[in-house]
Amino acid sequence: MQNLFDLALTVNGIRYEHTVEPRTLLSDFLRHDLGLTGTHVGCEHGVCGACTVLLDGQPVRSCLLFAIQTHGHEVTTIEGLGTIDNLSPIQEAFQDAHGLQCGFCTPGILTTVKSFLEQNPNPSEDEIREAVSGNLCRCTGYQHIVDAVKLAAEKMRA
Amino acid sequence: MKPAPFEYYAPTTVEEALSHLTEHGYDAKVLAGGQSLIPMMNFRLVQPSALVDLNNIPELSFIRPDENGGLRLGAMTRHHHVEIDPLVAERAPLVHETMPKIAYSQVRSRGTFGGSVSHADPSAELVSLSVALNGRFRLQNQKGERWVPANEFFTGLFTTVLEPDELLVEVALPPMPARSGWSLMEVARRPHDFALVGVVAIVSLDKNNLCQQAQMVFLSAGDVPMVAHKAIELLKGQAPTSEAINASADVAASEDIDPGSDIHATAEFRRHLANVLARRALEQAFKRAADNK
Repeated sequence: MQNLFDLALTVNGIRYEHTVEPRTLLSDFLRHDLGLTGTHVGCEHGVCGACTVLLDGQPVRSCLLFAIQTHGHEVTTIEGLGTIDNLSPIQEAFQDAHGLQCGFCTPGILTTVKSFLEQNPNPSEDEIREAVSGNLCRCTGYQHIVDAVKLAAEKMRA
Repeated sequence: MKPAPFEYYAPTTVEEALSHLTEHGYDAKVLAGGQSLIPMMNFRLVQPSALVDLNNIPELSFIRPDENGGLRLGAMTRHHHVEIDPLVAERAPLVHETMPKIAYSQVRSRGTFGGSVSHADPSAELVSLSVALNGRFRLQNQKGERWVPANEFFTGLFTTVLEPDELLVEVALPPMPARSGWSLMEVARRPHDFALVGVVAIVSLDKNNLCQQAQMVFLSAGDVPMVAHKAIELLKGQAPTSEAINASADVAASEDIDPGSDIHATAEFRRHLANVLARRALEQAFKRAADNK
């Protein structure tokens, strides 16, 4: 039987204490143990970006981290950005600019964009394309995503 | 796709990490940024019985000036930190310029300098860059330490001189010579994906504007970073004319590298790319050297 480890971390401002197997990926911990299924799991080897969350404010692929490695750290998932009744400006912009179609890749893009716009509030189109280059979208097409990020930047500067 | 079970160790000092490595030997793997190791574990291509996680060892993460004008980097310094560090931009412009080309922001948040070179993927930018810059690596085990030049560190595909009880703890990157210029160019189907071929070129000019020193190292062109020995010999003492550059690029692409064929590109196409990239990289490097009074 595998050793279990005590894990205490903060997710979206809420402190959680759990026991985990060291091999539990952060993506699976968020979805299965915490029920935060907004974090989507695509390729599970770091290519697609769907599982992107923020670790201490930095975008990371949650399938390439063991949950135990976030002990004592702060994680922000898509659930931490806004709620259905109170969308964040980035979420509003994606809705307004039709920046999503099936929505599978969207949580990873929104978390990536959140960190990006905090560091670069007035990005050029090239910088936006660069910023979302680690997130694969197979149905919306990137044009509307880029438009949505531009709109989000405007909303956040306003 | 889930990793097989393993014993997990999260040491907080190098000493403690080394004792775990000594105890577990070949059965242990070192976990740095995990951006290559964890995918391989997810696929169960590797199933280490013990994992020694270095992410809680603060002494392994630093960027310091070296006395010789170069840089010292802790093995666990993350790509993102190297990318934004002003000292790196000032002292190692080639490194500064290379960092944003490595994978994606989400990977650079976690990936580490030492992890990338220890993984020894011949398509990794930092592997060829370390060789081109005459970098050195400090390896430590419980008995002591040794410095290994980057050009002796990589012994084969994903293989280095690191012994199972050894840890790469520090990277030293010397400054580039006076009146030097540099370039890193690569071709990938999708920007930031693994390069089909890439090249790092560093050249310097003497007072007569002739090529004094030259270095060219190719990535994704063999099992290890491929130093273009014949091509750089052709350049030394020459004026950096298009003829000299073209001749050097031809030799580099036809004789100095050993690219393989795979689903992404044939060996022949890789040689073609290597030729074009070598020419462009040398042109840019010589231009920068000429501008670098």
